[in-house]
Amino acid sequence: MIRINLTSIHVDDQAKALAFYTDTLGFSKKTDEPVGDARWLTVVSPADPDGVELLLEPNEHPAARAYQEALTADGIPAAQFAVDDVHAEVDRLKALGVEFSQDATDLGPVVTAVLDDTCGNLVQLAALT
Amino acid sequence: MSAEPDPFRAIADPTRRLILDELTESDGQTLFEICSRLTMRHGLTSSRQAVSQHLAVLEQSGLVHTQRRGRYKLHHIDPGPLRAIVQRWLTTGEEPPP
Repeated sequence: MIRINLTSIHVDDQAKALAFYTDTLGFSKKTDEPVGDARWLTVVSPADPDGVELLLEPNEHPAARAYQEALTADGIPAAQFAVDDVHAEVDRLKALGVEFSQDATDLGPVVTAVLDDTCGNLVQLAALT
Repeated sequence: MSAEPDPFRAIADPTRRLILDELTESDGQTLFEICSRLTMRHGLTSSRQAVSQHLAVLEQSGLVHTQRRGRYKLHHIDPGPLRAIVQRWLTTGEEPPP
């Protein structure tokens, strides 16, 4: 059976991204190996340490930045993460200084919000209701 | 597309009226949020490009203004042009007969 074990997000600075994705969002560091000037750097959910890994990939390719800027201008998230309670998570993250392009919004079957990951991307939080 | 701002043409379309409804409930939304609301709340499956074109009509009529905040663009409702419509005909201030 095919399954997802790794997915990636482009970041403008891997050290900054690691701090944001662990200290602020709450992921755990899984792998950190040097690859040339960069790192093979992945994080996982502490609720599922053997689950899908998120690769924090340097956005050094010029097309990556253009892609990030165009998505961000229209408010389109580069990734979606599940949380238990979007409203509570938005309150917690705002207290830590995180900026949201979309506040917690009840869309019927799902509550979503969209935050700025400070590394070039918007990220959606979602909870099924 | 007429260069003259035309709120009548802008609000003639039901999708554009829904966009104004959603901006009235929560002002200052990205294109992505507007598309999400139209899809999830109203079952509209308009493409992002179609919604973008609707927003362009609303913007041209003066009913929607866009503003950049940081790296993203937010859409704000401006009911000013509708006030002009009301004042054009509802000038007596009299209540309608029961």
